[in-house]
Amino acid sequence: MSAASALLGRELRLALRSGGGAGLGLAFFLIVLLLVPLGLGPEPARLAPVAPGMIWIAALLASLLSLDRLFQSDLEDGTLDVLATSPLPLTALVAIKAAAHWLTTGLPLIALAPLLAVTLHLPVPGYPWLIASLAAGTPALSFLGAIGAAITLGIRRGGLILSVLVLPLYIPTLILGARLVGIAVEGGEPLPALALLAGLTMGILALAPVAAAAALRINLRG
Amino acid sequence: MGLSVTELTCHRAGQRVLACVDFRLEAGEALLLRGPNGAGKSTLLRVLAGLLPATGRVTLDGHPLGSEAYGEAVAYAGHLDAIKPQLSVRENLGFWAALFGGGSVEAALAEAGLAAISERSAHACSAGQKRRLGLARLLVAPRRLWLLDEPTVALDAAAVARLETAVRGHCAAGGLALIATHVTLDLPARSLTLAPPNAGTAAIAADPFLAGRWG
Repeated sequence: MSAASALLGRELRLALRSGGGAGLGLAFFLIVLLLVPLGLGPEPARLAPVAPGMIWIAALLASLLSLDRLFQSDLEDGTLDVLATSPLPLTALVAIKAAAHWLTTGLPLIALAPLLAVTLHLPVPGYPWLIASLAAGTPALSFLGAIGAAITLGIRRGGLILSVLVLPLYIPTLILGARLVGIAVEGGEPLPALALLAGLTMGILALAPVAAAAALRINLRG
Repeated sequence: MGLSVTELTCHRAGQRVLACVDFRLEAGEALLLRGPNGAGKSTLLRVLAGLLPATGRVTLDGHPLGSEAYGEAVAYAGHLDAIKPQLSVRENLGFWAALFGGGSVEAALAEAGLAAISERSAHACSAGQKRRLGLARLLVAPRRLWLLDEPTVALDAAAVARLETAVRGHCAAGGLALIATHVTLDLPARSLTLAPPNAGTAAIAADPFLAGRWG
């Protein structure tokens, strides 16, 4: 357990220090959502219906931004070789790194999203559900992204391939997350969609580390 | 007991880089790997660290390569030092100590001659200091078999002497060390010279049938 907490502590420290990229995703999220009223026009009637979808799409893109460095920097400086010979199994390594990615990119997005929802005129009943949908959905983004990062490890310009590979995998999470906020705004019952989204995230949290560890093992031994 | 390597062969990208390597290493022994560039020294160390697949039989104290007991007895130090420039010298080493559940960070810093710069950012360290930090990882990871790939690169004479002392101490405590190097180390160690694997390719070229087929 101490090995796991040591790795988590180091991942968080690296992400928060200069060049870690934790603030970058948040700044990207902020700018994309501030561009929306500029592009579509400031009328509430036009912005309110697209607000949940725009916030969710911006969250997907922001979480993608720092994913390509998830394993790449460790590969380049030899850390991955040493981690692979450490007592920590590769699946645990992937899970911890993905969790650290969520803590430094997903969690700040959830805190910032309600503020940006104001600029998009999201109707008031949508706020608690927006926060709930992001809290239930964004962990899946980091864990699915870990699979892509492991597969594209060592590829030149892997970040672009990573986006093409991972964005389609985000579709179910996007549909459930954005729609459940929409349902809440329209006065429907969003709880079943939230339960489905949380269930999907749980499944991804369980399976993604295994898949990413398998891809890492292949890339390390190549 | 000890490390036993039998008929180890490794192919990378269709090329044979190791051909039928055989040797034994007893507890408390160090072995220097020699051979020209491209002879497969690094490949052999990576294979023994479990980082590359190979055919053949490798056991450490009876545990085969790939088993958990084998994996937890091996420490690998390659060409790259596995150092994060954003962290200080002490933070870098402290992480490895916590991960490997190993010995005292302070003692390792002192033994590697890094105590005076322990709070310095690794970004500001010289190549030799980074290498010393990379090797200090071995001191906080209690592992029996050390696999060192050209550990003396960028080290000054005093640091090489420190490395020799560390290896002697490790072996005196019953540890094993396999060191690929091109320099002369002051160690009571046997050496194993790897031949470049294209010695076999020459035989193929000399054979008219095989040369026509593969040449």
